[in-house]
Amino acid sequence: MSDQPEPSGGKPTPPESLEPSEQVRGRLLLDQRTDREIDEAVLRPMFETGPRFWILVGILGAIVAWGIYAWIYQIYWGMGVAGINRPVYWGLYIATFVFWVGISHAGTMISAVLRLLKADWRRPITRGAEAMTSFALMMAGLYPLIHLGRVWKFYWMIPYPNNRFMWPNFQSPLMWDMVAIFTYLIGSTLYLYLALIPDMAMARDHTDGWRYKLYRGMALGWRGTQGEWHKLHRALSIFSVVIIPVFLSVHSIVSWDFAVTIQPRWHSTIFAPYFVIGAVYSGLAALAAILVIVRRTMRLQEFLRSEHFDALGKLVMVAGMGWIYFWFSGFIVEWYGNDPVIRELIHEEISGGLAPFFWLQMTANVLPVLFLAFRRIRTNPAFLLALALLINVGMYTERALIVFGNLERNYLPFNWGTYRPTWVEVSVIAMTFAGFILLYTLFSRIVPYVPVWEIKEGRLRYSLRRIGRLLVPTAAEIE
Amino acid sequence: MEKAVKPSAKTQKNASERRWGMVIDLDRCTGCQACVVACHAENNVPVVGEREAASGRTMHWIRIERYWEGEYPNVKARFMPVLCQQCTQAPCEPVCPVFATYHTAEGLNAQIYNRCIGTRFCGSACPYKVRVFNWFRPEFPEPLGEQLNPDVSERSRGIIEKCSFCIQRLRRAELDASASGNPLADGAVQPACVQSCPSSALIFGDMNDPESHVSRLALSHRAFRLLDFLGTDPAVIYLKGGETNV
Repeated sequence: MSDQPEPSGGKPTPPESLEPSEQVRGRLLLDQRTDREIDEAVLRPMFETGPRFWILVGILGAIVAWGIYAWIYQIYWGMGVAGINRPVYWGLYIATFVFWVGISHAGTMISAVLRLLKADWRRPITRGAEAMTSFALMMAGLYPLIHLGRVWKFYWMIPYPNNRFMWPNFQSPLMWDMVAIFTYLIGSTLYLYLALIPDMAMARDHTDGWRYKLYRGMALGWRGTQGEWHKLHRALSIFSVVIIPVFLSVHSIVSWDFAVTIQPRWHSTIFAPYFVIGAVYSGLAALAAILVIVRRTMRLQEFLRSEHFDALGKLVMVAGMGWIYFWFSGFIVEWYGNDPVIRELIHEEISGGLAPFFWLQMTANVLPVLFLAFRRIRTNPAFLLALALLINVGMYTERALIVFGNLERNYLPFNWGTYRPTWVEVSVIAMTFAGFILLYTLFSRIVPYVPVWEIKEGRLRYSLRRIGRLLVPTAAEIE
Repeated sequence: MEKAVKPSAKTQKNASERRWGMVIDLDRCTGCQACVVACHAENNVPVVGEREAASGRTMHWIRIERYWEGEYPNVKARFMPVLCQQCTQAPCEPVCPVFATYHTAEGLNAQIYNRCIGTRFCGSACPYKVRVFNWFRPEFPEPLGEQLNPDVSERSRGIIEKCSFCIQRLRRAELDASASGNPLADGAVQPACVQSCPSSALIFGDMNDPESHVSRLALSHRAFRLLDFLGTDPAVIYLKGGETNV
């Protein structure tokens, strides 16, 4: 690794230690550092905000402001300012909604699933993943509002006693959607916050001024007693178990928005697992991209190491293989089924007007899987960043094709149509991308990006023992 | 055969209730679009203009689909009026989160404009694509504003609307009949499209009355229902077009 700096202050590796143990040591962050040094290494980038940071915030803020203007413009004039029409009633708004919900899936994948599996390499990247989940869900949650014809009546979907004497229709997948996304947003935000409490206390003890007040409030009086740690661990274990069914259900429900209709190609039993695996694929790739960028801009090379990117890259690769498998399982059945409308849809997609998007999707989703098979590529941040972004371009295109591509054709050829997004849609979608980056950027300067207590705990949990000439990491008996 | 093309009566409370239905004889349809105009006038459906129509935003509750058959020079034009099929098993109904689209006791597929929040889920779910959306605030340039039907509410922007079988006419006829004590005679009430059809291609009536005109026409060997294989159980029955050349 050419750009992998020597861990400063790391104890020189004993000459007799072999290659594998060195890897493990890096992955588990077992270098000799005092707790104090770790605290400072994490806190320093939070306080050092140069002019480039504020320029970035300014640009993102401007894009968000423009997007809000576009949204207000759409509310004022009507949905007609977007490019949707009959029969393409759903367009890029819904595609972007599915995309953001997908991005949100990696956070839980990383922190809950890997926490349960006791995969200890996850420790430094959990907080970044959880924050990504929460912010992506916030952006996703905007779209059901953005695409409503009468957004000022959105609360009619909320079940509460009202003067219409009506419940919402719980048969509708949109209701399931709303319930699932609210549950997931609340759950994942609480999960993020719970794991944050000890670090808030740590930050409280190292700061003064407004930051001290903020961290004191957010630390909820954490002192680090035995009882507090015990409760925190229990709460985190419960959360990581409970949130996994939520995480699986959210994207399944999003897929049922499409699959419960009888629109050809939407009406498919494979949609739920296909969407979930696609969500994990794009989410993990997005996480890899974010980690590469954060690592560089916040100088966290010490905590986010090539070993982590290696492990994350493997996960992305496996998810990508899963995506290819599910895509193919769905596609080949439809292709051989040769239903007239589906045949027309497939024809339109593979060799018709949508062909550029289809081939972009296939290239951008399949090619990275091949590249990620190589360790050299997985551990090269620049290459990994490029692949991760490519995967997300591919997954976005996939969602767009599913939503509007499949609506362009239907049973009655008289009603076939095309779709072209307008500046309003592009602006609003840019707003959510800029908003996500903005929230994430601000978050990384206010909250310790690397979960310090988890790293310290990991260091306690493992020690290196010498067996013969081999250094082996062994788990301590603190479970 | 007759069973296959009659809308099922399962939504009725008892057999004496009505099941409104329509028969469309494709042999008689000339594609004159009179039904489309009549529907616009009766139901206060806005005319969207050329630009919007070109981008697929026409708001006709009933439309004449024109298909070409054969290769030049032996080309035939086929016309097929398509309106809301008033499905018994309507795909649009379960997906609406706010019950804006729901099933009446008479088996009609009703759209409650005031409840609609504009998710357009019903429009995506409808296989006939007969649901239309108010993309902008509806406008009725003079003198169209002078002829709005007071029996039908104007819709706002951001909501879905669709054919109601001219429910305002049905309700008025039913009320008049019950007030006068006489049963509602077959053919006494007609939606605007049926009334305006010069070639009587559209026939409207009670499918549950075996003596009604529509019930007898539905027994024809030419009868079929649009996209019947989807299992939507429509109340609109088409009579197959034969050798008619246009």
